[in-house]
Amino acid sequence: MNSLLAAIGRPVLVLCRTAGRIALFALSGLSHLVRPPFHVRMFVRALIEMAYFSLPVVALTAIFTGMVLALQSYTGFARFSAQSAVASVVVLSVTRELGPVLAGLMVAGRVGAAMAAEIGTMRVTDQIDALATLSTDPMKYLVAPRLLAGVIALPALVVVADILGVLGGYIVSTTSLGFNPAAYLHSTFSYLETIDVVSGLVKAAVFGFLIALMGCYNGYATRGGAEGVGAATTAAVVSASILILAFDYVLTGLFFSQ
Amino acid sequence: MSAAIPPKQPKIRIRGLEKSFGEKKVLDGVDLDIMPGTSLVVIGGSGSGKSVLIKCVLNLIEPDAGTIEIDGENVLALSPRARRAVYARIGMLFQNGALFDSLPVWENVAFGLLARHRVRRAEARVRAGEILGQVGLEATCGALFPAELSGGMQKRVALARAIASRPDILFFDEPTTGLDPIIGAVIDGLIVDCVKRLGSTAVAITHDMASAQRIGDEAAMLHGGKIVWSGPAASLLKSGNPVVDQFTHGRREGPIKMELRG
Repeated sequence: MNSLLAAIGRPVLVLCRTAGRIALFALSGLSHLVRPPFHVRMFVRALIEMAYFSLPVVALTAIFTGMVLALQSYTGFARFSAQSAVASVVVLSVTRELGPVLAGLMVAGRVGAAMAAEIGTMRVTDQIDALATLSTDPMKYLVAPRLLAGVIALPALVVVADILGVLGGYIVSTTSLGFNPAAYLHSTFSYLETIDVVSGLVKAAVFGFLIALMGCYNGYATRGGAEGVGAATTAAVVSASILILAFDYVLTGLFFSQ
Repeated sequence: MSAAIPPKQPKIRIRGLEKSFGEKKVLDGVDLDIMPGTSLVVIGGSGSGKSVLIKCVLNLIEPDAGTIEIDGENVLALSPRARRAVYARIGMLFQNGALFDSLPVWENVAFGLLARHRVRRAEARVRAGEILGQVGLEATCGALFPAELSGGMQKRVALARAIASRPDILFFDEPTTGLDPIIGAVIDGLIVDCVKRLGSTAVAITHDMASAQRIGDEAAMLHGGKIVWSGPAASLLKSGNPVVDQFTHGRREGPIKMELRG
């Protein structure tokens, strides 16, 4: 009985300890955002890396998702003669859910992994210690600018993803499914409310923070050599992806539960 | 009647320094005095705690017990702000250089100037070129990235970065590791020149006996978590201490027993 309890208790304690460490790490990173000096160059660099260089992957994901969504909902709704709902389903699904979640998962894979690998390599090659000896707080120089960049970059990407997702649905609906372009657009915008877009952007800001946090935390906590960097990279992507899906549920509940 | 001359105060004074990692006690009451303007070389086997000792002094690792005084102030008892002011006067050359590979060479060299002294970037770039000249590199190297340099050049850049802010105290962690004997001797020569020019106090840790004798005025041997011998670096090879003799002559038999398991 004792061994069973120990087997359950050990991972729970590890989970609690890790959650506490991540929370303290996040608080420390955030506290540096309001205390000078500010490393503007590092922020701009992180923003370009996270937003600009992620544009192609997010844009392609969004446009194909919109196209598939239109096609799937058309064939599904045809069973109930409800094809006219395709436009509203596409726009609501993309803005509320698929835009932020898919953009978040793609950026977690691309940028979260790169952050963990870069900071992890800096850790195992003493570059983080070198920063400290040069009167530069590594949390302020490496972590805080990335956290802020994450919060700003992902909503910007989601705006693009929303537009392209709706455009994908529009293209398929008007070219393959026989929808009237003007009627499709009218239907799209008549069902769309401000909260649909705003909730998606708030989710995106939270996801961007989580991606940067997990990338930085796992990179910062890297131990060992190349193997440690590899493990940190994997942990950054997996943990960010799980947290995105978990927080998506929590935020959806906060925005839309009655 | 003439006044009594006060004894010279050590630049760095370490007393009872202890540090453990889990069950393993790496430092077990280290006592060390380093006088101003002196170059001290700390020797010791792999895993003997030399790097841990240096990292404790640099505040990169928190010791479990003991005191570290720099210019008479116990730095472990200082506020974070006061501690930062003390550490701003220290330069460090890391074992593998630890250059920032995302920054060009000039920005690596000028990093401390930009961070500590708020020097404008254009001025910092000019000064970085001058400092690169002091370690025997062309100012044009400043535009390259660390990955484009050889190991010896990376060590020179790391040395340039360490001396850029004209520190009072310089630490060198295995400065010649991984370099051929000629480049190693060149780096040692540059270290001696820089330390003399700046009038700094220097602490180097090394396995390389030739390097230890070139760099050091004084030497100390770390073994079993304690300083077991200290004396002039010139007498390292004839110290009369069995532990030092075994280490400096690389003998298999003697008081030092190699741990084959961690």
